Amino acid sequence: MLYREAGDYKTSYEADSQTFPIAFDRYRYWFVLAVAFLVLPFLVNDYVVNALLLPFLIYSIAAIGLNILTGYTGQVSLGTGGFMAVGAYACYKLMTAFPDVNILIHVLLAGGITAIVGTLFGLPSLRIKGFYLAVATLAAQFFLVWLFNKVAWFYNYSASGQISAPERFVFGVAVTGPNTPAWASYLVCLVFVTFCALIARNLTRGALGRQWMAIRDMDIAAEIIGVNPLKAKLTAFAVSSFFVGISGALFFAVYLGAVEVGEAFGINKSFLVLFMIIIGGLGSIFGAFAGAAFLVTLPVFLKLIGVDLLGWPTDLVAHLQLVVVGLLIMFFLVKEPHGLAQLWRVAKEKLRLWPFPH
Amino acid sequence: MPADFYYGIEVVLNGLMAGVMYALVALGFVLIFKASGIFNFAQGVMALFAALTLVGIMEGQVPFAHLINATFGTEIHHFGWHVPALLAILLTVGVMVIFAWAVQRFLFRHLVGQEPIILFMATIGLAYFLEGVGDLMWGSNIKTLALGLPQGGARWIEDATAGLGGDDFYGFFIDKLDLVATLVAIVLVAGLIAFSQYTKHGRAMRAVADDHQAALSVGISLNFIWILVWSLAGFVALVAGVMWGAKSGVQFSLSLIALKALPVLMLGGFTSIPGAIVGGLIIGVGEKLFEFLVGPMVGGATENWFAYVLALLFLVFRPQGLFGEKIIERV
Repeated sequence: MLYREAGDYKTSYEADSQTFPIAFDRYRYWFVLAVAFLVLPFLVNDYVVNALLLPFLIYSIAAIGLNILTGYTGQVSLGTGGFMAVGAYACYKLMTAFPDVNILIHVLLAGGITAIVGTLFGLPSLRIKGFYLAVATLAAQFFLVWLFNKVAWFYNYSASGQISAPERFVFGVAVTGPNTPAWASYLVCLVFVTFCALIARNLTRGALGRQWMAIRDMDIAAEIIGVNPLKAKLTAFAVSSFFVGISGALFFAVYLGAVEVGEAFGINKSFLVLFMIIIGGLGSIFGAFAGAAFLVTLPVFLKLIGVDLLGWPTDLVAHLQLVVVGLLIMFFLVKEPHGLAQLWRVAKEKLRLWPFPH
Repeated sequence: MPADFYYGIEVVLNGLMAGVMYALVALGFVLIFKASGIFNFAQGVMALFAALTLVGIMEGQVPFAHLINATFGTEIHHFGWHVPALLAILLTVGVMVIFAWAVQRFLFRHLVGQEPIILFMATIGLAYFLEGVGDLMWGSNIKTLALGLPQGGARWIEDATAGLGGDDFYGFFIDKLDLVATLVAIVLVAGLIAFSQYTKHGRAMRAVADDHQAALSVGISLNFIWILVWSLAGFVALVAGVMWGAKSGVQFSLSLIALKALPVLMLGGFTSIPGAIVGGLIIGVGEKLFEFLVGPMVGGATENWFAYVLALLFLVFRPQGLFGEKIIERV
């Protein structure tokens, strides 16, 4: 009843081309944002923030980034973990080199540095396609992790080889370091998520996004109709790495606080983010959120059932989790290759016709 | 000749041996890719799973013991018998055939006609699934593989070459196991080539690799061939798993050699069996030599990434690999 465009008259071009043309969508998004910004910070506690909300928000950014590269531009990347590491280490170096500059600016700059690195590793994509490119991005993954492990300059010659975030403040409230209140770290991540989602949504709707999708659907045909593959592919790598870098910086500075590169940004992280966008839906911003939410809550949920309810040992549940994730990936690829986002789309289509489906 | 030169040769020899090991894994990839166009990421985990199953059967472990114990509060671990190696190998091959059938029946039959990249991602899911099942079935502790394969350095090579590079040089150190692996790899490749050239099913396999629809129209069952190919890949995985398992114990890191096999494939080309061998040798020698010559200057552990970067640089100049079929794109 509520969810339809009938009667929602647009009287200007701006109104006609806005992000959410259906009024109900707009209200819903404003409502979600209002709850996220104005209500949740007062309700959350440490456990909820650290186990669910922070990983969800941070992985959402990474998933949006990878989705731009893989879902929208069709370039499969297995180097997400490595690019997250670039973001984290860039953020660390900036934080320690310029302690007076605001941390938020550091995070953005870290994204920018990652974008440059990502563009460099994206250069081969002009020659290499498909699997070959996926394997080539592994070079980025392993080389970057090795680099941050071996070159002591990156971790400021600390004895442990770890990097740990010094305490930094935004408006007088600590957002990194051990004394951070849960709501503050939540809000910082939320701001970045909102900002990234907004940019991604608008980029993918615009000329650039259409070029990316043309390259994805058939790169030779796209070239013939005048899409510059060099520009389209490299911008996709740059924008994608920018998001991934931001998420890496937040992952290190706000979420974990101290990081050992091989453990936090290993190849498993690359796969995790890839799974998020497969389950969530390739080529969809909502899918990135849905996939991240799903894969963040799944372990917590399994642990709740396995360990707390059935009393199984934790290692057993960890193995079971692998089985479940693997099965889900295969299930989604067989039954719904477009992921959770497609279910959402179908639901919306149905809602539009409800209650008279014919 | 200075001793360093001989050390260099030793490094090359050991690199060649390591390359054979990589090639063993890469072979399984090529088999499946040629026949079905599926890039099977799960090959490494299949090697791990096969090796785990072999050890489990030989030692008479109860499958899923951990899970059963946790659920029912029982304390079972072993059946209490030991299965002879040969019978255990046969049983493991049987398990891999069942696995091949299940993969075909429940996964790839539903994915016929999908884009290659979707199939690739499905095999990543398969890899996770199989890894979890392997751990659940047989436990995740490191296991030793007691097949009686020779271990340690080959003494007579060491003795025969001692003193070549002056008094400080003690001869080439070559692991006996690597020599066995090389022999096994040669036999395996010869067997595979003979199978695909001279048998009925081998010819059918090549026909499928050439053109699915043409093969179907002359009465070849795609389904059967795919199960056959996956079984073969399972067998190759078992061989690779046994070799790697004997070398470094049967443990999770076995599945990571799949990642090492990827640059091997990229160098050799996805569609060429000789390519897998040559690629394996190049990567093996390349990374050992690089570690020997450049490693000390940059802090070591270059083996982690050298193979990928080499493959990446190589691909920029020759996107289809050394022996791969030329990629022709049409609109």
